[in-house]
Amino acid sequence: MEENKELLEQNQKEQDEFEQNQVIMTPGQLVMKRFFRNKLAVIGLVIIIVMALFCIIGPFLSPYGEYEIFYIDMETGIEHRMTESGLGAASMGVNVKAPISSAHWLGTDPDGRDVFTRLMYGGRISLTVGFVVVIIELIVGIILGGLAGYYGGIVDMIIMRLVEVFYCLPFVPLMLILSSLFLGYGISPRYKIYFIMIVMGILYWAGVARNVRAQILSLREMEYMQAAEATGIRTTRKIFKHLIPNTIPIIILIATMDVGGVILTESVLSFLGVGIAWPYASWGNMANAVTDSIILKNYPNIWAPPGILILLTVLAFNFIGDGMRDAFDPRMKR
Amino acid sequence: MKKYIIKRVLISFVVLFGVSILLYGIARAVPGDYVSNITAGNQNVTPEMEQRMRELYGLDKGIVEGYLSWLGDALHGDFGTSFIYQKPVVEVIKSYMAPTLALAGISMIFEILLAIPFGIIAARKQYSLTDYTIVAIAIMGISLPSFFFASVLRRVFSIGLGWLPISGMVTARMNYQGWDLFVDYARHFALPIIVFVITGVGGLLRYVRTNMLEVLSADYVRTARAKGLPEYKVIGKHAFRNTLIPIVTMVGGMIPGLFSGAVITEGIFSLEGLGNVALKAVYSGDIPYLMGFNMFIAALTLIGTLVSDILYAVVDPRVRY
Repeated sequence: MEENKELLEQNQKEQDEFEQNQVIMTPGQLVMKRFFRNKLAVIGLVIIIVMALFCIIGPFLSPYGEYEIFYIDMETGIEHRMTESGLGAASMGVNVKAPISSAHWLGTDPDGRDVFTRLMYGGRISLTVGFVVVIIELIVGIILGGLAGYYGGIVDMIIMRLVEVFYCLPFVPLMLILSSLFLGYGISPRYKIYFIMIVMGILYWAGVARNVRAQILSLREMEYMQAAEATGIRTTRKIFKHLIPNTIPIIILIATMDVGGVILTESVLSFLGVGIAWPYASWGNMANAVTDSIILKNYPNIWAPPGILILLTVLAFNFIGDGMRDAFDPRMKR
Repeated sequence: MKKYIIKRVLISFVVLFGVSILLYGIARAVPGDYVSNITAGNQNVTPEMEQRMRELYGLDKGIVEGYLSWLGDALHGDFGTSFIYQKPVVEVIKSYMAPTLALAGISMIFEILLAIPFGIIAARKQYSLTDYTIVAIAIMGISLPSFFFASVLRRVFSIGLGWLPISGMVTARMNYQGWDLFVDYARHFALPIIVFVITGVGGLLRYVRTNMLEVLSADYVRTARAKGLPEYKVIGKHAFRNTLIPIVTMVGGMIPGLFSGAVITEGIFSLEGLGNVALKAVYSGDIPYLMGFNMFIAALTLIGTLVSDILYAVVDPRVRY
């Protein structure tokens, strides 16, 4: 009897403690908590932050420029910068494929440029391409997916057929053809980047549209939409104020995954000679050095770093995406 | 069901029609056609000769006219004559199909065999070290640029260790027969298949894991456990069968990706398959082959989704059309 009383007391105490510690959390906080429980997602987040700092702030700290070529005096072995005078001397040559040193942390590439500095500038381009392409695909995909899901019927029919057409376009051959189109019309590398971003965005929107439409189809039948209907607001407002915001979780998820995917695709395009072109650096066209068998065999300091950076960045976006999927999905609560 | 299939097939034709218009328009808009590519730098070619060649190749017509004549022929099953090979496109596709099919098919089997068991193991031990390791390795695979991974593999296994041939499909001047020939093929295909499997398995594995997680938290799995069923029965009979449904659709959607991915892998390892021919066709402006190849992939995509939708209904008795 005595013991029982003690147990009851203890129980009561525990319950009080539990209630005191009970914090009421908003759905957003719940998602955040579940997201940070996933260690891989946190690792991904850290990698992305480090990469962004490296690419955004790095170039300001580097003493060299993106296209700066280094010369070396063959007789004295002293290195000269592009801006110095007296580069015309007979003994002067471009300092190509220099080994790792304190002046060049990752050596120089086959054109005599500093690999480490180019990695930073290349990262800027690669990340920019990733984000811009995703923004374009989201704009097109959300608008068309939203319209298809809301109106249904003939509008839905037409937009969904368009989605299927874009699904069926084989990406790699198409990019190759488009690239010869750019070449034929003499578009300079400076503008080619923008064209590539627009084309990729337009080719990728179909996936976003399909997902947004599917979400809206089910949201449209919800009771709060009936309420919105009853207030008599405009259709555009109903779609973009009440329906689209509720598809945000899936949109964020697609966006995260796609940024990584686009960076990967850009590197493959560079490999095919279609991507960002000389003199601009992107991780893709730097990693492309692996196709040169001499570099592949003897100069891992030129080809390995860009490849590793692509791997890490895409990996990080995938980890974050995975973590968010688990966090957003209430069924995953285990 | 029958009505649904007929409707879907009809829609597929409409979609193919749209795809063909887009592809033809883009391919013909490229300045510098096949004729100017092969005659470039040859001073003996007069403008009249060029004109005659254009007529011969059917490149003298405008885009609209050219498309209509292509469409008319295509509807009769004639996809024109490849400029490079001087053979009907259908024949070219047939004769280069085998390596691509072997590469894609074997890779897909390996992907399924790896993704399903490891996906299930990862899901059963969510947030454990095993789970993290499996998922991290799988995602690492899909985060690698395929050309980069292929080059590194070649550096290690072909140049460094000398175990496997660097490229090509058979060893030249050896004239292997029977079993030896098979082994030779296997050695040449080993690296391309590894590249395919490693860079492709992650997507499927992640999908299996997510679906398995969903099923494992379902009530009927708890019931099965409560009944005291052995774990292998809970997983194998109750949980796994239900994850199979979404996996079927995923696998159907993977097929066209394998074919377009073949363009890069075949190019790197110089395997004489459809993808490699497509690369050559792009560089020289062989429009009939390009149209044939791209339409083939487009048709595969549509068939893939259609078949997986039908299978969906077959596997899952709850789905009714």
